[in-house]
Order: sequence, then C-alpha cells, then structure tokens
Amino acid sequence: MTEQRTEAEDATAVAPADAGTLREWLGQMLIIRRFESESVRLSYANKIPGGIHSSEGQEAVAVGSIRALGAADVVAGTHRSHHHALAKGMPPRTVMAELYGKATGCTGGRGGSMHLVDLSRNFLGSNGIVGAGLGVAMGTALAMKLQQRPAVAVGYVGDGGANTGRTWEFINLAALWKLPFIAICENNLYAVETHISRSLAGDSIAGRAAGFGLPAVAVDGQDIVAVHAAASAARDRALNGEGPTFIEARTYRYEGHNVGDVQNYRDASEVASWRQTHDPIQALRQRLAERGDLDEAGYAALRQQADETVADAIDFAERSPWPDTGTVQRAWPAAEPAGASR
Amino acid sequence: MSPLSYSQAYRAGLAEEMEANPGIFVMGTDIFLRGGHFAQLLGLGERFGADRIRDVPISEAAMVAAGVGAAIQGMRPVVDLNFQEFAYGAMDELCNQAAKIHYMFDIPVPLVIRATNGIAYGGAQHNTAMESWFAEMPGLYVAVPATPADAKGLIKTALHLDDPVLFLMHKALTGARGETGGPDVRVPFGRASVVRPGDQVTLIGYGVTVRTCTEAAGQLAGDGISAEVIDLRTLYPLDVETVTDSLRKTGRAVMVDESAGYGGVSAEIAAALQEAAFDYLDAPILRVHAPHSPVPQSPPLLQAYLPDHGAVEQAVRTQLARP
Ligand SMILES: Cc1ncc(C[n+]2csc(CCOP(=O)(O)OP(=O)(O)O)c2C)c(N)n1
Ligand SMILES: [Mg+2]
Repeated sequence: MTEQRTEAEDATAVAPADAGTLREWLGQMLIIRRFESESVRLSYANKIPGGIHSSEGQEAVAVGSIRALGAADVVAGTHRSHHHALAKGMPPRTVMAELYGKATGCTGGRGGSMHLVDLSRNFLGSNGIVGAGLGVAMGTALAMKLQQRPAVAVGYVGDGGANTGRTWEFINLAALWKLPFIAICENNLYAVETHISRSLAGDSIAGRAAGFGLPAVAVDGQDIVAVHAAASAARDRALNGEGPTFIEARTYRYEGHNVGDVQNYRDASEVASWRQTHDPIQALRQRLAERGDLDEAGYAALRQQADETVADAIDFAERSPWPDTGTVQRAWPAAEPAGASR
Repeated sequence: MSPLSYSQAYRAGLAEEMEANPGIFVMGTDIFLRGGHFAQLLGLGERFGADRIRDVPISEAAMVAAGVGAAIQGMRPVVDLNFQEFAYGAMDELCNQAAKIHYMFDIPVPLVIRATNGIAYGGAQHNTAMESWFAEMPGLYVAVPATPADAKGLIKTALHLDDPVLFLMHKALTGARGETGGPDVRVPFGRASVVRPGDQVTLIGYGVTVRTCTEAAGQLAGDGISAEVIDLRTLYPLDVETVTDSLRKTGRAVMVDESAGYGGVSAEIAAALQEAAFDYLDAPILRVHAPHSPVPQSPPLLQAYLPDHGAVEQAVRTQLARP
C-alpha cells in the first residue's frame, strides 16, 4: 500500500530530547556551510581546479538523513556531495585536499570534487553523472539483502535527476525486490537554470515515486528534525525487511549551480528570502535556543569551531604535496591484468 | 569579417541554417536562457523562441529519441547533449535507432547530435575520448572541428545531410578565435585539411591535437625538420587519401589523439596507411596518445596524462633516428 505523508505531518516529528545530539548536528551543518563558502572562494582564487557544486543551503538534508544511519550503512552521492561526504564522517582535510588535487586527498587527487570516496566510512562516492549514484546505492542494497547484512544503502538524487529514466528503473527494482534502500531526492527547485515547473510533469516528485508502490514522503528539507525522522523511519522499515522508501526533501541551494554560474534565472530576492526565512542552521539554532539549550556564546563557539576546522583543512591542503605524476594510472591495476605477459 | 570564437562560429553557422530552414530546431538542457554550457547557443533563444531553442529536462535518452522521431518525420533536430559523456545514457537511441533506421526502414534520419568532447578538468566521468566509438558505428557521421571556420562550415554541411551526425566540439577550443567563411561556405565531410605543409614527416590530429601537432611542427622546424600537419576534420568519413598522399611524400607518419591508446581512429589510420602505401614507409607509423586509464583531475596528473607537443617531437626524432 502506498503511503504519502504530508509535509505538515513530518514537520511535527519529535526532536530527539538530547541537546548534545542536536548541537552536534548544528556543528556539523556549520562545518559544511563554512567548507562550502570557502570552497567557492578557493575556486575563484584558482586554488581548486575545475570548479565545484556548492551544497550551501542543503546542509540539513545531508546531516539529518545521515545522522539517522549507522556506520555500516552506505551512502552514495551526486555531483553536489560535499555535504554528504562530510556528514558521513570524511575528514574535511582529505576532502579539501582532494578538491585541490593534492596527494593527500581521498583519491590522491585523481578524482576531485565529483569523485570523492571513503570506503572506510562507507561513503560510496560523489558522482559526475546525474542519477547514477542512486543506482550504485541500489546495487549495494541488493548485495546487503543477498548477504543478509543488517545495513541499508542510501542514494541521493536531485530534482533534475528525477527526470532521468535511470532513476525510475532503480526505484522500480528496489521496490520490486524490497531492497534495504532509501532514495533521497534533494529537490532544490533547480537543475542548473531550469526550475522544476519547466521540467517536471505531474504534481510532485514524491507523487511520481508513489506510483512505484513504495512509501514516498515529502519533507521540509530545511528542518533537520523532520529529515532525520523521515530517514529514521525509512531505515527501520528497510532493516525490518519491509523494503525501500523514497524521501523528497524540499530544499534550496544558495549558490549558483557551479562556480561562475550566471544566475539570471532567479531573483536575488528569492535566494535572500530562503536564506532569511528557511535557513536550516538558523532553524535548528532557534529550536535549541527556545528550549534553553543554546545561548549566543554557545552558538558563537560552534561557529568558531567550524571555522577553525575548515581553516585547518585548507591549511592542510595548501601544505600537502602534489601527487607524483607516476600515479596517473596506479589506481586502476586492471589496466594491466594480473598475469598479463609483458 | 571579424574573427569569431569557436562557439560563436558554430552558433553563426547554426543560426544561418535555422533562418533558411524552419524545420531546424534545437533540444537540450539549459539552452534557452543560458545558451548552453559553452555559450554555443547564446542569444538564439531570444532570436528563435522557445519552440526552436527547446529546453529539455535531464533526459538524454528521451531527447535523442525525440530527435530521431522528429527527424524521420521531416524535421531537422539538433540535440545538444552538452558533454559527450551524456551520450552514455542515450546509447541505444543513438547507435541502435538513429544509426540504423535509414538502413532498416529506408527513411532519412537528418539528426545532428552536438556535444562537447575532449580531455580537460572535470574528472573521469566528464572526460572520455570516445569519439572513435561513434565513427565505428555504421550509419553515423562524426565531425570534429578544430577551428572556428570548420565549426561553422561543418555544422552547415551537417544540416544538409540525410544521416545522423555526431558533431563533437573540443572543450579546450571553446574560446579559440579565427576567421570564418560566409553564408555559402559549407565544409565537406570526408576532406582532411593540410594545415601546414612539410616533407619529412606527416603529423595527423583532430580537434585540439591539431594544435599539438602544429606546435610540434614549429619546434621541429627550429631544428631543420619539416613536418606536414593534417587535420582530419571528420572521423567518418575518414579522408585516407589526403593522409596517404602526404605519407607518399614524407615517408613517416605520427598520429596524435587524446585516446587511451587502444583501437580507435589512430589505429584505423595506421592500418589504412600501411595497406595503401607500405612501400613508401621509412619508419614505423607511431601513435601519440594518453595512457590507458580514466582521466585524472589533479593539475599535475592531468598534465602528465595529456599528450603534448614534446611527445610528438620525440616520436618524430625516433623515426628520423632510424638508419
Ligand atoms: C546524465 C547527465 N546529464 C547531464 C549532466 C549535467 N548536469 C550536471 S548537474 C546537472 C543538474 C542537476 O540538477 P539536479 O538533479 O536538480 O541537482 P542539483 O544540481 O540541483 O543538485 C546537470 C544537467 C550530468 N552530469 N549527467
Ligand atoms: Mg536541483
């Protein structure tokens, strides 16, 4: 039976009582925010080659969903995945060094922003191809089911990715086979310059997913508590053998699609309005403050910690050596199959 | 005429043909407002309207399928895939439908697929020298302009053909400037151009490697070595005749591309040359290409990955060192 909860219902989800947990979420979101604004700056400064896709504004989707997971759960991302990588526990140092193309980056500089990976933390990569990471996660979920591993796989996709055929092939298979899989669509309203009103037939992405016969929920992606609740419920279902869940998280990207994006497709006032009234960091800060769990000084301390963490990551990337050019091929031993005669 | 950039030249050629033929329309992501990711369609949205500069969701298979269907019904669609790698998601539509329908059903498929190819920043998944795959597929034409003049002249020709054309424009050439031909200049497919004459060695490239070859030829000239440089311009049809004529004169040939060094256009040319002009060869035909590996992102790794003019010069010196 298909279930479609409303945004309002999800928004009322009860926050974990533990103030320490919420403060940790806030601190993680602050690290991501700072990491992203610095990455954009460093791209313009030609420190980061090839540009990046900033996740600023979408922090709650990544932190809220990934904090609902266990260490054994696997996450696969998109082209816009710094927030997923950091939330899954990748050290800001190895991510920043990778963006720089330094030897100390997570793939020794071979991959860059769109090919981040950390297998030790079950982060199965950002991905250059729209919709593709979802498939990697779906296949991972198949293995988890076959191997009876008590874990779930989470794949992210954008609103634009919801228009690729592959996305729905993955969802269909996951639903058909009842895989321990969670698909999270970060609907930030735009795919590059294209607003969903100009790309999406039908009422909503979650509505589209519901047609595949799996629970499909839409949540306020700027409310980390709501995202966390939806992801926790989805994980419980998956671990109980009840199959996949589709979560559409309604969110917004503050920066352009990529570095250098000329944003003539949206009003600056629209961006300002999201920043002022739908900011995930301010929402959580306020929630904590209202409960008496965070004062000005506490917030300032979290910010300072985030800024220092990111400054340290940049310093690390700056100080790190360039990769040895002899490593161009090293990561792909299959280029010379074992036993091949020379 | 004042010089145009590579992107502007493509746009000028396309716009001239769109004025002349109302059946031509363009489909792709982010083309109406933005004018494409390489400014190749900048301003055409305003000029031709949203029906003819038609935004499509991120649905590569659907946009190529829409192009195939519209083409066989008498339209002349141009599907702008943005990066060449996005063709992966539309491979059946490209290679099994577009390429074969003319043969199977005897209906013309006047479809142009424009994409940006070549190796640059962006990581492994946005950089693959896969143009030779398309050239190997019966039913597809493949154009690889290296200059603004050819970007304009070749797209104009493509828009008069009855079969699907992969029109591949190199990332690194986006801003290259040069003179272009007038409204009546159409560059024929299957005619390579000799961009620099010489008589001791033939350097063969396409897209950005024409530049690599020309740089190498300049360096070699400083040492008194005369190299002829040939720009293939289209990979199918392939102008074996021009290359063979050159080899008969020089006795040596070096192919330069960004491929991962297995099969492909360079191998095809090497095979064709030894079939046609074995007795004229003074040295083995050499290939200069990238390592057999996906493409790295880090600046020093990318630089080490890409074939440069130094590698071409070295190949030539190896050939000349033979007794
Ligand atoms: C198959 C494929 N087509 C096109 C692209 C180019 N591209 C990269 S990101 C993007 C927009 C994606 O929009 P969305 O899925 O909404 O994600 P967002 O950028 O908003 O995070 C496009 C068109 C791509 N990387 N892969
Ligand atoms: Mg989006």
